[in-house]
Amino acid sequence: MSVQTKPKVVAKDVNVYYGDKHALKNVSVNIPERAVTAFIGPSGCGKSTFLRCFNRMNDTVDGARVVGSIQIDDQDIYDPDLDPVQLRARVGMVFQKPNPFPKSIFENVAYGPRIHGLAHAKPDMEEIVVSSLRKAGLFEEVKDRLHESGTGLSGGQQQRLCIARAIAVSPEVILMDEPCSALDPIATARIEELIAELRENFTIVIVTHSMQQAARVSQRTAFFHLGILVEEGTTDDIFTNPQEKRTQDYITGRFG
Amino acid sequence: MSDITADGLVTGSPTRIADVVAKSLVKRRAKEKRFRMYGIAAVAIGIGFVLLMFGTILNKGLPAFWQSTFRLDVTFDAAALNLPTRPVREEGQSMAAFQQTLYEWQNQVTMANWNGLIQTSLQKYLPDAKPASRLRALVSSGERFRLRDMVLADPNLVGQTVTVDLLADANVDVWLKGNIDRDLADNQYLLSPDQRAWSDQLYEQGVIRMAFATSLFTNVDSRSSPASAGLLGAMIGSLFMMLIVILVAVPIGVLAAIYLEEFAPKNRLTDLIEVNINNLAAVPSIVFGLLGAAVFINWMKLPLSAPIVGGLVLTLMTLPTIIIATRAALKAVPPSIRQAALGLGASRSQSVFHHVLPLARPGILTATIIGVAQALGETAPLLLIGMSAFVANVATTPFEQSTALPVQIYLWQANEARNFFEARTSAAIILLLAMMMMLNAFALVLRRRFERRW
Repeated sequence: MSVQTKPKVVAKDVNVYYGDKHALKNVSVNIPERAVTAFIGPSGCGKSTFLRCFNRMNDTVDGARVVGSIQIDDQDIYDPDLDPVQLRARVGMVFQKPNPFPKSIFENVAYGPRIHGLAHAKPDMEEIVVSSLRKAGLFEEVKDRLHESGTGLSGGQQQRLCIARAIAVSPEVILMDEPCSALDPIATARIEELIAELRENFTIVIVTHSMQQAARVSQRTAFFHLGILVEEGTTDDIFTNPQEKRTQDYITGRFG
Repeated sequence: MSDITADGLVTGSPTRIADVVAKSLVKRRAKEKRFRMYGIAAVAIGIGFVLLMFGTILNKGLPAFWQSTFRLDVTFDAAALNLPTRPVREEGQSMAAFQQTLYEWQNQVTMANWNGLIQTSLQKYLPDAKPASRLRALVSSGERFRLRDMVLADPNLVGQTVTVDLLADANVDVWLKGNIDRDLADNQYLLSPDQRAWSDQLYEQGVIRMAFATSLFTNVDSRSSPASAGLLGAMIGSLFMMLIVILVAVPIGVLAAIYLEEFAPKNRLTDLIEVNINNLAAVPSIVFGLLGAAVFINWMKLPLSAPIVGGLVLTLMTLPTIIIATRAALKAVPPSIRQAALGLGASRSQSVFHHVLPLARPGILTATIIGVAQALGETAPLLLIGMSAFVANVATTPFEQSTALPVQIYLWQANEARNFFEARTSAAIILLLAMMMMLNAFALVLRRRFERRW
């Protein structure tokens, strides 16, 4: 796998504290553009915490504090002048549990473009919704019931709806926090295919606790343990030739 | 046989362990059954008390909705009334002069011998009853004004005979309904022996019958003629207070709850505020009455006994309830919805107003209506701001003197005409309970309607 010369996201010496707890220690990592980067590691290792730094979702947690710098296209996202709302329009997020709004499928996808003012006329909005659903591989399944409830879909469909909702605002980066952990193997496979397609247009960062999934979908992998970035490199290297013993132990299933 | 080691551990083959489990199962089942019985007993006792309460109230109060009423053919005898004809405005007469003659005419109508009309029509049924004034006293004293008002409204009635329903005196009602023992000594009755006998005769003749007591809903409280005492003033007063509570407490309470729950930083100050709101909810309502008397009446100089003051006091009392319940409703919205909105780039207020609030709405509505219902039944604070005064008019604005349903109940239960007002008090309680049930049913309907989750 080739790695772009210029990284999309550069994180440098990131530390996260939850109150007195030092959850993430001096993490530095480069995220390449139009590729999938996977964060792996045992539960509580800080991988999700780190992911939430990229769209400043940690801001919404009481007592959370982020130190260090994260730049997207050379712009510091922790610049006090930067509005996190603006950032989150550029950095979309898909959560662990599918969380569609209790509204219609159409409204779910249209919500983001609507609040950001991306489409004013009705046909424009319809176009955004349809193309987002297409990109998320959901359109064929739901085209006859766009105005029915989004929560009435199956788990896998709901998660694809959440992906459609995220890409409807045309973000540059999509963060996925264990997007398949609540899904069955078939739905998981569909999401993984979708991730491979989305990679053409988006920079994707995925947190997963499944090493096979990381191996299947990602080009780069970062292994976290106890709040520390242990090792980071191309996925092939990490899985075939890990440099650290802890990485080796984890991917061979000795702990985690 | 199973072996039990010194530590109390059961060892042995699987069948032995199964035996031990089976034995303990019997015990567990018995325990569960006992617990279920306790539960059923507790529920049964609760239902028993509710039935007892409703039973006695309905039993006492329902008869008061039907009241001894005379149906009389009243002849508006022109000679007996001796009324001039209603003046008509003459050509060239000034408006003021016409008003003057009209007032004089109205005065004469008021002064006419209306009691005489009632007396004459009663004598048709009991010609031998003497003295006739005692017979006339069987009709409630305020009813003569009804005849007067009929003529004032339509002067052409003079000379005609009209069938009119007139309320019987409260003592007649008590006597006929058997609310007083029929074997007491004469000096213990407010009605003379002949009056009691006439009442029975008229009842048998069908002149007195039990008619639906519309006066209960259309009249205000009355001391001079208790038979016509009604709840209209109290209901209007309560209505005004509820309106004020809804208009003031609901927006303030809901907005405060939204701010505290969704926007306020979590620090010492907000913790302190939260603790104090919880404490306020537990403050006895009479304290709020004192506060209202001190602040709204003494300091802000708002009128005594007015629904505006009552409404504001009840607002203070209801606010903590509404805030606490609204916060609970907001807390119940799954955090994943907030995250989804924030993750898409919605601002905090967009996430609250587009997603959290719609989901919390059924809970907020229920909380609000239950708070208002609680305020509707509150009595103690109203006593302290002068709403226990006897008020015999219907307030047209919240700034006029008025009474309220729970206070009216309090006043009636202490009325000296006990025999009559005991039933009337229960009737008022039924009305108050009915209003509360209506509010709660309304809350239920709203809840169902908004709870249509996708």
